[in-house]
Formats: sequence, structure tokens, C-alpha cells
Amino acid sequence: MKTLRDTWIVFLRYLGLFVHNPAWIVIGVVQPLLYLLLFAPLLKSIAAAPGFPPGGAYNVFVPGLLIQLGMFGAVSVGFSLIAELRLGVIERLRVTPVSRLSLLLGRALRDILNLLIQSLLLILVSLPFGLNIHPVGLLVMLALLALIALLFASLSYAVALWLRSEDAFAPLVFTAALPLLLLSGVLLPLTLAPAWLRAIAAINPLAYAVDATRAIFNNHLGSVSVAKGVLIVAVLAFLALAVAARSFGRAAA
Amino acid sequence: MDSSASERSHTESAMIETNGLRYSYKTRRGPVEAVAGVNLRVAAGDLFGFLGPNGAGKTTTLRMLATLLPPDDGEATVAGCNLRREPQQVRERIGYVGQRGGTDPAITGRNELMFQARLYGAPAETARKRAAELLTVLDLEVCADRPTGSYSGGQRRRLDIGLGLVHRPRLLFLDEPTTGLDPQSRAYLWDEVRRLRDGGTTIFLTTHYLEEADALCNRLAIIDHGKIVAEGTPDELKRQIAGDVVTLGVAGDQQAVLALLAQQPFVRNSGTEQGLLRLYVDRGETAMPAILRLLDGAGLELQTVTLTRPSLDNVFLRQTGRSLRETAA
Ligand SMILES: Nc1ncnc2c1ncn2[C@@H]1O[C@H](COP(=O)(O)OP(=O)(O)OP(=O)(O)O)[C@@H](O)[C@H]1O
Ligand SMILES: [Mg+2]
Repeated sequence: MKTLRDTWIVFLRYLGLFVHNPAWIVIGVVQPLLYLLLFAPLLKSIAAAPGFPPGGAYNVFVPGLLIQLGMFGAVSVGFSLIAELRLGVIERLRVTPVSRLSLLLGRALRDILNLLIQSLLLILVSLPFGLNIHPVGLLVMLALLALIALLFASLSYAVALWLRSEDAFAPLVFTAALPLLLLSGVLLPLTLAPAWLRAIAAINPLAYAVDATRAIFNNHLGSVSVAKGVLIVAVLAFLALAVAARSFGRAAA
Repeated sequence: MDSSASERSHTESAMIETNGLRYSYKTRRGPVEAVAGVNLRVAAGDLFGFLGPNGAGKTTTLRMLATLLPPDDGEATVAGCNLRREPQQVRERIGYVGQRGGTDPAITGRNELMFQARLYGAPAETARKRAAELLTVLDLEVCADRPTGSYSGGQRRRLDIGLGLVHRPRLLFLDEPTTGLDPQSRAYLWDEVRRLRDGGTTIFLTTHYLEEADALCNRLAIIDHGKIVAEGTPDELKRQIAGDVVTLGVAGDQQAVLALLAQQPFVRNSGTEQGLLRLYVDRGETAMPAILRLLDGAGLELQTVTLTRPSLDNVFLRQTGRSLRETAA
């Protein structure tokens, strides 16, 4: 009960910070549109390549864009936390009886909401171009994206609490995120990849999320890959949440 | 100074009691010992001053007492609760104003206060009222609805203190509440701190300013290198020094002068600091002519002579080997 209430209060603070910053809103809207505008024209020609998976070009690429948007959006949330550490805001919050889990969850919910709005925007804008998705599929997709955001936002906050400096945070986070992304089949479908690359991708949790996303966009909601992807991401997200909440509790120095 | 308050502190229950508190920061180059066994007793109603040069361990001690750092060793009771076993209860009972403050530059003062009150469990309406009340008390109404990034130093510090007060804690920690403030803002904060004390709040503050400690506090502790080196009322501490201080500026061989004077029976203690000789003597008015005669006789030349009555600054210098004024940030 207390945790729920605290989470709501923390969520409102960070939502307010976001809403009152017009720059963030503009970036939030422009980013997904940029992805479409600059990426979509390439789709038509490549969709004819041999080995290209079935489904319309948009149904093949939008899932990848969504995951990419979610992941890069979420891994960078730690930056704002480092600024707050420096200002002493986090220390001030940690002296209050507020639940440590709420300190993390309230922020992460804001990040999730932000990502879901961006994703919806991307999906809506793609509809006129021939993207089609079942309404239930859309809900499952948003749930999966929320879990992805929770996973990577939690990791980002944990790393920020550990490193406490933007200079160390940026290279580490982006270096870690890149191979995950490349080996997930987000940019190009892994069906095009040689066997050894597919073998490495098999241990990449993000690859399962991408598989699930593709299945959703192919209207195979009942397929195993959807359940598998959602389950794997959910388990990892809750592990990451536990780790990050613990870091908020300790946050020495 | 405030003798009734100091008597109280020995009879009434303790608000803070620590036993052998220790903390070392774990850094990549090995541990840094910041607090090396601190024993403190702060009585309910005290306005307790915690003095020490830069890096002495003041902030680290405060952060342990405020549940922010888990002590490596030792025990403490804070506001009636065990620090290790009941950190949540400690948090509910204390207010803590950190050295750096802790407001977000993009959020208004009113919203910060309301948010803080809600974190302590107040419903929205109560939080709104409490915020309005504190804004009035702290004279922050003019800037209440502006983001704190636009506040003056004094306004921001008053808001920081307001954030520590939203839940009316019985114990308030203030880490260097007046550092960097102009004299007017400082005087204002002193009044505020006294009002709080009169209202029954126990206050534990750190400061670099001895005149602040002397003017405000009824008890003091001096910490250096992570250890308490002196403790008592300001008067008790000054009495430890007893006698007067003669400070000499010497033109030539300082060591020769020191050697000559240190062996005189009327000199209790001596030392050098920044090219000046400092002698602790029983009676300055008789010591001065004697010193002048001695140096004349030995052919040693003197540039300046000053005689001062003991102050907390002397206590500090004696205990830590440093003058607090030089260390002030
Ligand atoms: N995060 C940290 N990591 C490593 N060492 C630290 C850290 N914080 C403080 N220290 C070291 O611990 C010692 C005590 O620091 P502390 O901040 O408690 O001193 P202080 O008395 O508050 O000083 P000041 O008057 O400058 O605020 C110092 O030697 C300091 O360098
Ligand atoms: Mg300090």
C-alpha cells in the first residue's frame, strides 16, 4: 500500500518535470517520426531481397524500430539520475521514509509512459503506409514494450548509481547496448545472417523480444515466440528492478 | 553561555547517543578512513555544534546518523531509535539538510515542499497547507512559484531548511547551513535556528564559523581526523585554554625566539603558525613586558605583538593545530 502510494507520488514528480520541459516533448514526438521518415524509403527496395521474411515491409521493420526506440530511450534515462545525484536530490529523498522501490519504480513508470506514447505515435503514423496490426496484438505489443523499457531503464539507473559520472556512464552504456541491438535482428532480420551470428543471437534476450514482436505483427499471437519473448523480458525486467531498487537503498558515497 | 540549557543536557534523555561510530569510504585506491570511532551525546533540546576543519569527518558522521551510510562499526541511538535496526523509524523522526541542499532547479519551491510533505505521508491537502505555512515562515513567498534554479543563495538555503522541517521533526541535522551566505542571510538563519530550538526541536549543526558556534550553540564537539578532540559548552572549552594568547611576528630567526621563550616559566604552551609565534601565557599583561625584555637582551628583533583573550578559535587551534579561518571553505 505504502509502496503504491509512494510510487504514485514519485511518478507524479518526474512526470511533472517531463511535461514542463517542452524540449523533451518535441524530442519525444520528432524521434519516432525521424525513424520512419529516414528509414521507410529504404524498405521498399530491400523487401525484394532473397530470404526476406514474409509480411509487408512495414510489418517487418516497424517492430524493430519500436524495440530500438525503446531500448535507446530507456538506456539513457540514467543521465538525469546522475545530475540529481550531484545536486543532492537523491540524498534528500533517501533521508525521507519513502520506499526505496518507489524511488526507482516511480521514475521508471514515467519512462515507460514516455516510451509507450512514442511507440503508439510510430504505429499510428505507419498505419496509412500499410502497417496492419490486430488490436489485441497492439495491446500485447505495448505490454512487451513496457517490460523492455522497465528492464533497460532499471539497468540504466543501476549503472548510473554505480558510476555517478556522465563521462563514464555514456561510453559504458552505449557500448553495451550496441551489440545487444545488432544481434537482436532489429536492424536486419537474422534470417539473413550466417549461422555463427545466429548462434550468438540465440543467447541475446533482446532477440527473443524481437521475435515476439515480429510474431505479433504477423498476427501470430498464439505462437510460442510471443509467450517466450514476453516471459524472458518479464523475468529479466523484474530482476533488474530488484537490483536497481537495492542500489537506491544503498547508494553510499 | 546558556547555562540552563547545558545543565539540561546532563539530566534529560539523550536525543543522539553514539558509541564508537566508524566509517571508511571504499575507493579504488583503498579505504579512506573518514570517521574513526566517534562517541557523542546530544540531549533533547540541545543546539549542538559540530566543528572541525575540512575533511574532518563532519558530513560523514551526519550521514551515518541520518541513515544514509551504514556505519562500519559502532552503535547509535537517534531520536530514541536504534540506527541499525530501526532506520525507517529514525527517518520518520529526523530532518536532514545536506551540505549541498538537494532541490531540483526546474521545480518551484512550493512544489518541492509539497512533494517533500507527501513523502512523509501527508495527504495532498495537508501538504499544500504545510507548504504555504513554511513559505510564509521562511519568507519565501516572493519566489514560491518560481523554479528554484532562479533563487538567490539565501533563498535556496532557507528552502533547504524548510524541506527538512515539513514533518516537524524532533531532531534536525543541518550540515553547514550558513556557509557561503552573506551576513544578512546568516543572521536571518540564526534567528530561525533559535526559534526552532525555542520550539523544542533538537538541532545538530556543523559549521566552519566559530562565532556561529559561540553565538548559537549550547554544546560543542570538535572533530579532527575522524575523532572527537574536545567536547563541552563553549565556556568549558574556553576555560580549558585559560590564560591569554600572545602572538609575535618575528623578523629574524623564529626558531631562536621560540627556543628562548618556550623555556620561560610563565609560558604554558607555544607553537608557530604561518610565520607567527603563538604563546599561551597565564597573565598577558605581565608576560608582555617580560617577553620584550628577553628578546631585547638576546638581540632578537620583533615586528608585531598582539595580546588576545581566549576564544573558541584558540580552542580550535589548540585541538586541531589549525586555525578554523584558514580551513573555512
Ligand atoms: N565519497 C567519498 N569517497 C571517498 N572519500 C570521501 C568521500 N566523501 C568524503 N571522503 C573523505 O572522507 C573524509 C571526511 O570527509 P567529510 O565530508 O566527512 O568531511 P567534512 O568534515 O564534512 O569536511 P568539510 O568541512 O569540507 O565539509 C575526507 O578525507 C574526505 O576526503
Ligand atoms: Mg562536510
